Amino acid sequence: MSLQDERFEPRLARRRRNGKIFQAVCLSSIAFSIAMLIILLFDVAKDGAAWFSFDFITSFPSRIPDRAGVKPAILGSLWVMMLVAAISFPFGVGAAIYLEEYAPKGRVRRLIQTNIANLAGVPSIVYGILGLAIFVRFFGFGRSILAGAATLALLVLPVVIIAAQEAIRAVPSSLREAAYGVGATRWQVVRHHVLPVAMPGILTGMILSLSRAIGETAPVILVGALAFVAFTPTGPMDLFTVLPIQIFNWTARPQAEFHGLAAAGIIVLLIVLLMMNATAILLRNYYQSRRGG
Amino acid sequence: MSQTDPDLKRRAGRRVGEGLIAGLLFTCGLVSVLTTIGIVVVLVTESAGFFRQVPLVDFLTGTQWSPLYTDQQFGILPLLNGTLMIAVGAMVLALPIGLTSAIYLSEYASKRVRGIVKPLLEILAGIPTVVYGYFALVFITPVLRAVFPGAGVYNAASGAIVVGIMIIPMVASLSEDALSAVPRSLREAAYGLGATKFEVSTRVAVPAALSGIAASFILAVSRAIGETMAVTLAAGATPRMTLNFLESIQTMTAYIVQVSLGETPHGSLEYKTIFAVGLVLFLITLAMNLLSNRITTRFREAYE
Repeated sequence: MSLQDERFEPRLARRRRNGKIFQAVCLSSIAFSIAMLIILLFDVAKDGAAWFSFDFITSFPSRIPDRAGVKPAILGSLWVMMLVAAISFPFGVGAAIYLEEYAPKGRVRRLIQTNIANLAGVPSIVYGILGLAIFVRFFGFGRSILAGAATLALLVLPVVIIAAQEAIRAVPSSLREAAYGVGATRWQVVRHHVLPVAMPGILTGMILSLSRAIGETAPVILVGALAFVAFTPTGPMDLFTVLPIQIFNWTARPQAEFHGLAAAGIIVLLIVLLMMNATAILLRNYYQSRRGG
Repeated sequence: MSQTDPDLKRRAGRRVGEGLIAGLLFTCGLVSVLTTIGIVVVLVTESAGFFRQVPLVDFLTGTQWSPLYTDQQFGILPLLNGTLMIAVGAMVLALPIGLTSAIYLSEYASKRVRGIVKPLLEILAGIPTVVYGYFALVFITPVLRAVFPGAGVYNAASGAIVVGIMIIPMVASLSEDALSAVPRSLREAAYGLGATKFEVSTRVAVPAALSGIAASFILAVSRAIGETMAVTLAAGATPRMTLNFLESIQTMTAYIVQVSLGETPHGSLEYKTIFAVGLVLFLITLAMNLLSNRITTRFREAYE
């Protein structure tokens, strides 16, 4: 017995040691990702701080780095964001309501659902090719804000639909049954009972989709957003640029000054994204506390 | 209000409206199907024009890609080669780091650590790809060139590393989902037999979650293949048959961006190349996504 123990104990110690080493390896993997995030943010802040100013936000781009700014890019991004929301919200929520509340379980529903899952995995640049052929050429929108927004709306649609479906699915069925019980029609149940309860979840998903749309570059390049825009867009049919493209353009130049501008542009983009995510979180908390009370 | 309305005519009208609404909602659902059809139709019809001028065999087997030069060559292999280099390089980084991160989060981390680490990984996943491109060019490339003096300003290694960093959160979170889905009873049985935590993690939890982990790897490869901006900025625009990671290369996605940025006349052969390359890209990523879906479905059947 004691002989067996002697043979066994050293191996247990080794096994435990291996476990410790493995745990350290796993922990350092996580540390690597976090370190990369910190280095990235630090690098951007260090390079961009000198160029980031009030003038930078309110100026037009320029060949002279000291005078360059991101005003048209910010306005372009805001226009695109509003139009993407206006297009993807009704279609996305409509599709989610159809799939969750209307569609009979069967082939059509399965087809649409599989299709949405596959669309979510299509590279964004392929959406750009689609937008170029359909919106820019076929519908004749040209290189306009509308063409860019329509393309990005299709890109985020799967995300909007999936988020809205989850929110609708989370609505307790007792609520629906009570409404049906007093004679409400299917649409009345959806409109007055399901949607209000699901709305915070839907809106959160919508904001997160918009923050994805606003960071996209490749599809917007495909539909022809310009790198150099020296005017402010005034309508959906105007030529435009967006923040990521302005950042791309400055990054692609060899001069260090333009890299500084790119970093300042990234600061603006990250602040916008941060604000959107904070809004999503606040919205969720607000509705949750209201429902709880 | 209206359900107490005894007016039958109005209720009949309500039913007509119901049908209309159902139709509208169905149309919304149809948009996603139309998007897929649109992608396929656009890619196929526009590529058909391209393949009338360039034989499919030359396109698939040619080792030179120079549509934008006077000596036009349309062999896609250099672009495929570049794309694969980025995907393989990214996976060499993201696969071990993503998986070990997932194991840590699912098997070792306390609730508090998870609460801190998971949002950080989400931030990493939410950073726009153009920002990663900037990071590659101003941070990763200079570091690489200091270590390997032979590396160019644009090189495949920088692109592969930055894409790898980008997809770590995806591998980590999907693999962690797979690991968390492994029933507790399996782990407890192993502990009962005297296994250490390390043995439970690597010999019970990981093998049991293997299909889910494999699915996450395939999705990550698909994402790396479709990644555009970071690669365009970091890896360059030189399509070539090389395996040297210190050289400049070009991926399929970067080529499409290059054509879009230039002044290629609509309808020309050069213009049509983006649809042919786009079709290849779409087919590759679609095949990988379908494969990943199939693996996940099988996995679900095993434990539910």
